Amino acid sequence: MSDATVNNLQPKASEVAPALKVRSYWQTVGYRLRYDYMTLFFGFVVILIILSAIFAPLLAPMDPYQSSMLNRLKPIGYKDFILGTDELGRDILSRILYGGRISLTMGILPVFIATVIGGLLGIIAGFVGGRTNMTIMRIMDVFYAFPSILLAVAISGALGGGIFNGMMSLTLVFIPPLCRVAETATSQVRNLDFVEAARATGASTFSIIRVHILGNVLGPILIYSSSLVSVSILIASGLSFLGLGVTPPEPDWGLMLNTLRQAIYIQPVICALPGVAILVTSICFNLVSDGLRSAMDVRM
Amino acid sequence: MSTYIIRRLLYAIPIALGVSIVCFALVYIAPGDPLQTILPEDASEETIAMVKKAYGFDKPIAVQYGIWLGKVLTGDFGMSIATGRPVTEELFRALANTVMLSAGAVIAAFSLAFVIGTFAGYRVGTPSDRAVTGIAVIGVSIPNYWLAIVLVIIFAVELNVLPATGMGPRGSETFNPFQWDHFKYLILPIITLSLIPIGIITRTTRSAVAEVLNQDFVETLRAKGLMEAEILLHVVKNALPQVLAVMGLQFGYLMGGSILVETIFTWPGTGFLLNKAILTRDLPVLQGTILILAIIFVTTNLVIDLLQTAVDPRLKR
Repeated sequence: MSDATVNNLQPKASEVAPALKVRSYWQTVGYRLRYDYMTLFFGFVVILIILSAIFAPLLAPMDPYQSSMLNRLKPIGYKDFILGTDELGRDILSRILYGGRISLTMGILPVFIATVIGGLLGIIAGFVGGRTNMTIMRIMDVFYAFPSILLAVAISGALGGGIFNGMMSLTLVFIPPLCRVAETATSQVRNLDFVEAARATGASTFSIIRVHILGNVLGPILIYSSSLVSVSILIASGLSFLGLGVTPPEPDWGLMLNTLRQAIYIQPVICALPGVAILVTSICFNLVSDGLRSAMDVRM
Repeated sequence: MSTYIIRRLLYAIPIALGVSIVCFALVYIAPGDPLQTILPEDASEETIAMVKKAYGFDKPIAVQYGIWLGKVLTGDFGMSIATGRPVTEELFRALANTVMLSAGAVIAAFSLAFVIGTFAGYRVGTPSDRAVTGIAVIGVSIPNYWLAIVLVIIFAVELNVLPATGMGPRGSETFNPFQWDHFKYLILPIITLSLIPIGIITRTTRSAVAEVLNQDFVETLRAKGLMEAEILLHVVKNALPQVLAVMGLQFGYLMGGSILVETIFTWPGTGFLLNKAILTRDLPVLQGTILILAIIFVTTNLVIDLLQTAVDPRLKR
């Protein structure tokens, strides 16, 4: 986004307080982050959300699969059900905690795999150039021609539901944009003097890629993929909402939202709860990604 | 300029072909036989072979693709397995409904986002700018299918002022958006869909306005003694092309991304059609709808690109 241009308008930490000693790039990034309380706070929330998903078995007050016909669709605070119960009488709080496991996995894992595959393809395309670049990038262009949700729906719609198919379609959706970011960054660095100098001193192609290319390309790629996590969580929950991702009775935020939708006339507040989990997670990931972007001063 | 237009048009052809290959392949990555749904369980070998031949599934894949592409180019997307009607017929009716929603949402988003974005662009770094940026972040982070449910809960269930689902009152034949009885069915879907564009257009406007304000000519205008309102006019004029381009892109995204919102509001558009096709495993409908939506997306991007270059020839690469 063109946000980077705006970030440049704001005084950078290094300009506000003249540095006495020269800091390395990563030290500067760390310095900026340390005083960015917003990012630190939301990063803390992200860690809390991830921990509560990991330790769901310890935190959840009840069994998320235990249904009870007598306790269907009870309001917040009914008996021991802190956040009420769903249409099968299962405890909402426990299901949201457990649901975080699947929803977060479906948000993070596809982005991670796509970062590795897309990043690799992009670096190869950018470094080798020529016909290889043409082939890889033109194939990516084709997938670019689909809005991301549409492509995810198309692939998992054809493959059928299930967590694995959902994750596979999300991975395929994120490979092209990551590949493009990696390719742009790599081809910018490739022709710079210090790469030429490294080559002249006899560095092997592999070590040039490892030291010079990766060192300069990893930042933009990681920033970009961190911004995709929130998109991925939204699309993954969306797929489950359509009945494409997670299958019942597995707890998942998107799926919970879908099954509870039938009950909006009975317990409206309860029906909106799983969405709050999605919203909070997605906002926090987005803000952390924004904070990292300005701390690392990446222009995209 | 004309060579640039021709080059961009030629470049769009392989993309469109690639898109068609992906859509064609969708049927083949689907598990099971594509004919499974229409054949009875106890169909004899002979019947299967006959049906396969009738649908052209006995030919090599490349030939099948060629035949399919030829049909698609003449507007024939095959028959819906669920309803038995031509896909084209259902598709274009749905398309009109989705265009109505998407266009409405983008226009509503632009009217609001351009104003608050310009406001924030004038005040970069101040608390009011942070507030606007915060709203923009929330806009892009909210799952719009959740917002749809919340809006239905508030306005349809609790307040009972707007209809929860559907398109027009029961029994009405045609939809007339200029009539309140009909128009109120548009309100909630449009608010829901405009949320993401509001976030993105606000961000773009903010950075575009801030960038223009930083340019020397604004200083010159001030030195000439122009009033702030006149300067604003110049700033807006310079920031507008970039913002309009983003607005156009958002229209393309909404066309393809309205599946969740349309499903919640049972709005009979392409997204709803797609959802039905997935539930009934109606692959011809799935294939045709996705192809058309992707082609619309590619075309929108191409048109915006060309318009932008026409406005600002520096962008020509």
